[in-house]
Amino acid sequence: MSVARFWRETLRRYNLGASKCPDCETVFFPPRPVCPRCAVHRKSIAKMEPCQLSGHGKVYSYTIVHEAADGFEMQVPYVLAMVQMSEGPMLTGQIVDVEPSQVKEGLEVKASFRKLREEGEGGVIHYGYKFAPASQAPKAP
Amino acid sequence: MKAAGVGIVSYGTYVPRYRITPDEIGKVWGVDGKAMGKNLNIHSKSVPSPDEDTITISTEALRVAIARGKIDPRDIGALYVGSESHPYAVKPTATVVAQAIGATPSLTAADFEFACKAGTAAIQVCMGMVSSGMIKYGVAIGSDTSQGAPGDALEYSASAGGGAFIIGKGPVIARIDATSSYTTDTPDFWRREGQRYPSHGGRFTGEPAFFRHVTECAKRIMSEQGTKPSDYQYVVFHQPNGKFPQRAGKMLGFTDDQMRYGLVTPYIGNTYSGAALIGLANVLDHAKPGDHVLVVGYGSGAGSDAFDITVTDEIATYDRSTGTPVQESLESGTPLTYAVYAKFRGKIRLSGS
Ligand SMILES: [Zn+2]
Repeated sequence: MSVARFWRETLRRYNLGASKCPDCETVFFPPRPVCPRCAVHRKSIAKMEPCQLSGHGKVYSYTIVHEAADGFEMQVPYVLAMVQMSEGPMLTGQIVDVEPSQVKEGLEVKASFRKLREEGEGGVIHYGYKFAPASQAPKAP
Repeated sequence: MKAAGVGIVSYGTYVPRYRITPDEIGKVWGVDGKAMGKNLNIHSKSVPSPDEDTITISTEALRVAIARGKIDPRDIGALYVGSESHPYAVKPTATVVAQAIGATPSLTAADFEFACKAGTAAIQVCMGMVSSGMIKYGVAIGSDTSQGAPGDALEYSASAGGGAFIIGKGPVIARIDATSSYTTDTPDFWRREGQRYPSHGGRFTGEPAFFRHVTECAKRIMSEQGTKPSDYQYVVFHQPNGKFPQRAGKMLGFTDDQMRYGLVTPYIGNTYSGAALIGLANVLDHAKPGDHVLVVGYGSGAGSDAFDITVTDEIATYDRSTGTPVQESLESGTPLTYAVYAKFRGKIRLSGS
């Protein structure tokens, strides 16, 4: 992904910036300029309220990736999940700080700020949200 | 230097989840790791995931501080990140962190470097800017993902973690009544541009470097404040290992009891710029109104920054429900084998890289 394209998306990737319809109160991520749910779309034009997701959600569905995408060789096997946020939107993201075998549908997670990828050794580093289990108290070694 | 009406408004820490023991490291290098750990007073050290670095650790620590203090990020007028492991040689850590917490664009931001005391230097700058009325809140972060060369003594201690402190005029949970520094040109530890691992002066890192700066700086601030060791409930030193701070404390006349919360390196390793700040955070996690705290940071090269801190009544109602208490980071963690640790820390080269 180009440096410029990623940069334009930092608001939502860094801060989980979303938008909310003032009429039906549906929250959209990524943010939308109009509400597609309300019958009269024009009503919501220029009225959508910017908001920020809390970062809390539950795993809706997941898959364990064994064939690494480029740049993820060090993390195999890793978990990709659809996460239903407490405000409603469904996000796709990696689940980190967990044994893949411990990921279950319904697992409570919270957003964690992580490195998403690097454009090679000399390139720009992209950051954004991943998800980690909301509570865990593993034993110290 | 006396300070007036400035203090800590909120704080947060972040320590990565993984741990490795000296025993596990020693097995690889044919060294008695258990004895090494005992010598250094290190039971385990933290290890960052491949997708964690100084930017992510700083951001997570600051997000906790902002949530706990119910701070509007737009009230932050300055943000400084002290580290010796900034991900970029050129491009500030502070800009990414500021953007990620929603403090941009109306603030000044920069990265600080002074080995392990870049975070305490950032606190001093924030104190000056807040006192002078230039800004409402200043953020000082000390955070690192430090590495020792494989097999080097540093590999047993160098770890990852960070602390974020929001400095302001009030209401503060802890007043910073004074700060003092002691700085000289001492080549005890360094890393040249482009070098992957740092070099150090071996035994030279002890007496003329750490101990001289820490004890002189501590004596200086106590003489300026007219205090003695027994006037403080808690003391926090920089902690490159678990032994140095204990010895510095004894030299100055502090007891183990005064040092107990401030000493975190034995369980998470040396988090460099984060070390003294995470130690202070653990003290604040346990402190009561009126407690008097002495903090003495240290950075190779070399210098010490000391702070005379008094905990206020505000701490009684301070909301710590967000983030992980330091004590939990000391007691928890997922153990790694050396092989996985080497993979996580980029010590294994992939074909083509
Ligand atoms: Zn609507």
